[in-house]
Amino acid sequence: MNSSVISVSELVTMFGQSVIHDGVNLSVRRGEIYGLLGGSGSGKSTLLKEMIMLLRPASGEIRVLDKDLSTLSVDEAAQLRRRWGVLFQGGALYSSLTVEENIGIGLKEYTDLPVTLIREIVQIKIEMVGLPATAARLYPAELSGGMIKRVALARALSMDPELLFLDEPTSGLDPVGAEEFDKLILELRDILGLTIVMVTHDLDSIWTVVDRLAVLGEKKVVAEGSLTDVLANQHPIVGQFFKGARGRIRSQHGK
Amino acid sequence: MTSCQADAANIVFDKSTDGSITLTSSGSWTVNALDNVAAVLEQAVKKYSHDIICWELSAVERYDSAGMALFIHYYDQLITQQCAIELIGATQQHQDMYRLLRRYIQEDKTPAPALSFRLLQPLHNIGKASVAFVQDIMAFLAFVGESFISFLYAVRHPGSIRGGAIVKHIEEAGVRALPIVALTSFLIGVVIAYQGAVQLEKFGANIFIVDMIGLSITRELAPLITAIVVAGRTGSSYTAQLGVMKITDEIDAMRTMGFEPHRFLVLPRIFALMITLPLLIFFADLIGILAGMFISHLHLNLSYTEFFNRLQTVLEVKHVWIGILKGPFFAWLIAAVGCFRGFQVSKNTDSIGRYTTMSVVNAIFLVIACDALFSVIFTELGI
Repeated sequence: MNSSVISVSELVTMFGQSVIHDGVNLSVRRGEIYGLLGGSGSGKSTLLKEMIMLLRPASGEIRVLDKDLSTLSVDEAAQLRRRWGVLFQGGALYSSLTVEENIGIGLKEYTDLPVTLIREIVQIKIEMVGLPATAARLYPAELSGGMIKRVALARALSMDPELLFLDEPTSGLDPVGAEEFDKLILELRDILGLTIVMVTHDLDSIWTVVDRLAVLGEKKVVAEGSLTDVLANQHPIVGQFFKGARGRIRSQHGK
Repeated sequence: MTSCQADAANIVFDKSTDGSITLTSSGSWTVNALDNVAAVLEQAVKKYSHDIICWELSAVERYDSAGMALFIHYYDQLITQQCAIELIGATQQHQDMYRLLRRYIQEDKTPAPALSFRLLQPLHNIGKASVAFVQDIMAFLAFVGESFISFLYAVRHPGSIRGGAIVKHIEEAGVRALPIVALTSFLIGVVIAYQGAVQLEKFGANIFIVDMIGLSITRELAPLITAIVVAGRTGSSYTAQLGVMKITDEIDAMRTMGFEPHRFLVLPRIFALMITLPLLIFFADLIGILAGMFISHLHLNLSYTEFFNRLQTVLEVKHVWIGILKGPFFAWLIAAVGCFRGFQVSKNTDSIGRYTTMSVVNAIFLVIACDALFSVIFTELGI
C-alpha cells in the first residue's frame, strides 16, 4: 500500500478570475500529524475543503486514501466520507440536537447497532475528549467555546475514522485549553493510529504536535517537511512566519 | 451452536460435551462491520449464567473503539451474570484499546427517573409553562418600559431621531406592501359585495349594499386585514432582522459603542410602522370600496353614480377616521412584539424560526384582541 494517505499534485483553484492555488503539491503520510500553515487568505481552508470534497479544484489531482477525488462515483464518495472525520473551526454542531445526539448521529444512521451500545460508545467518546458526563443532555447553545470544540472532536471521531481533518482546532481556546487539546490529539493519534491534517496558526501547536507541515504562500507550497527542514528554508514567507517576535520566543523554548 | 457470517466481524458459540463454552471471535471488529455480531451477541449472551467461558480472540484482525465498546459491553454483561471468562490470545492492539476505553467508561449510570416522578411530569410541565408565560409578560413589560424611556429621550432630543432609518422602514413596510394590500383588500371587497348582493337581492334592497360595503370596510375590515398582512410581512421581518443581529453579536457591539439599540433599532421601526399603517388602511379603504362598487355594478346593476350618491349620504367621515385611528395602535403592537421577539432570539438556529412564528402569532392575536376592545369602547360611547 502506498504510504501517503493524501497526495495533492499540480492543484489549481480559481474563484471566478482570481487564482487561489497555482500548482500546489504535497503529500501526507500514514500516521502523521500534518500541519497546513500560511497567512490569512493563502488558501489553507480552501485546500482543506477540496480535500474533503466540499469544493472542486479547477485542475490537478487530489488522492485521499488511494482514491482520486475527481473520478469517484456517488457511492464511492459516500463510502470515502465515512472513513474520515472533520472538525470545523466553529464546531458546526447541529443546533437542534443534544450533544449526545450530535455525537451519535453517524452511528445511528449508518449502523444497526443496538441503542444501548450506541449510548455507551457516545459516553466513551464524551469522556475521551474530556467532557463531563452531564454535558450529554445539553444543547450546543448551552456550551462554552471550548466545550463546543470538544463535542465537535467527539463527533468527528464517532465513526472511528482513519483520517481526521481539523480546521484551526485550538483557535478560540485559552492557552490551558489549547494545550490540553493538543495533548488529546497526540494521544488519540498514538492510540487510534489516526492520520491527522490540521490547519493551524497556533505556533505552540506547530512546535508540539505537528510532525510535518506545509507552508502555503504565493499560491504554492513554499516549504514542506519536518519543522527543522522548514525552519532551514530561506523563503521569505517562512521567515515572516517563524522569525517574527512570537516565533523567536517560541523557538528558544524548543519542544 | 450459533454463528454468523459478517463481512468481516464474526463470532461463533460452541458448547462442548463437558459444559464449557467457547466463543471464537474473528474478523475486523470495526464500526461498519459489527451489525451482525451485535445482533448475535445480544441474543446469545442472555442464555449464559454461572458458566465457564473461553473467549478466543486471536483471530480478530483489528478493533476500533466501537468494536471494543461492543466487546466490553457483553464482557461486562457476562460477568454480571456470574460467568467466569477466560480470554485467550488477546493481541497487543486488543489490550491497548481495552485499556484506553476502560479508562473512559463510566461505572455508575444516572438512574432512570422514578415512577412517581414520571407521573408528576405533566404537572411539572404545566408549572414550568405557566412560569415561563408570566416571565414572558414581565419581559415584554420591561421591553415596553425601555422603549418608552428611549421615546421620552427622543422627545427631549428631537435631533436624535433617526430620520433616515424611519424613511427606509416606511419604504420597506409601506410602499413595498402596496401591491399585496391592494390585492387582499380588493378581494375582501369582492367577497363582501357578493355575499351581500345575494341576500339583499331577495328583499329587493339592492341599494343597501352601499351601506354594507362602506361601513364594514372602513370601520372593520380594511384595518384588520391590513394589520394582519403587515404583521405577517413586516412583524416577522423585524423579528428575523433583530434576531440575526442578536446572533452575530451586533446588538452587543452597538451597546458597547454607546448606540442604544432601542433608539437605533426599535424606535425607528415603531415610528415608521405607526406612520405607515394608517396610510395603508386608507389605501385599503379605497380599493375595497372600489371592488365593492365594481361588483355591485356587475351583479346588482347599480350604476356608479347611484353608488357614489348613496355612499355620500350613508358613509360619515367619522367611520373612516375610526378605521384609520386604529392603525397606529395596531402598528405599535405589531412593531413592539416583532422587536421584542427579535431580542429574545438566542444563539441557536432553531430559535430564529421559533421566535419569528411566535411574533406573527402574538401580533395577530393582539391586533384582534385590540380590535375587539375598540368595538366595545366605540359601542359604549355610541360612536
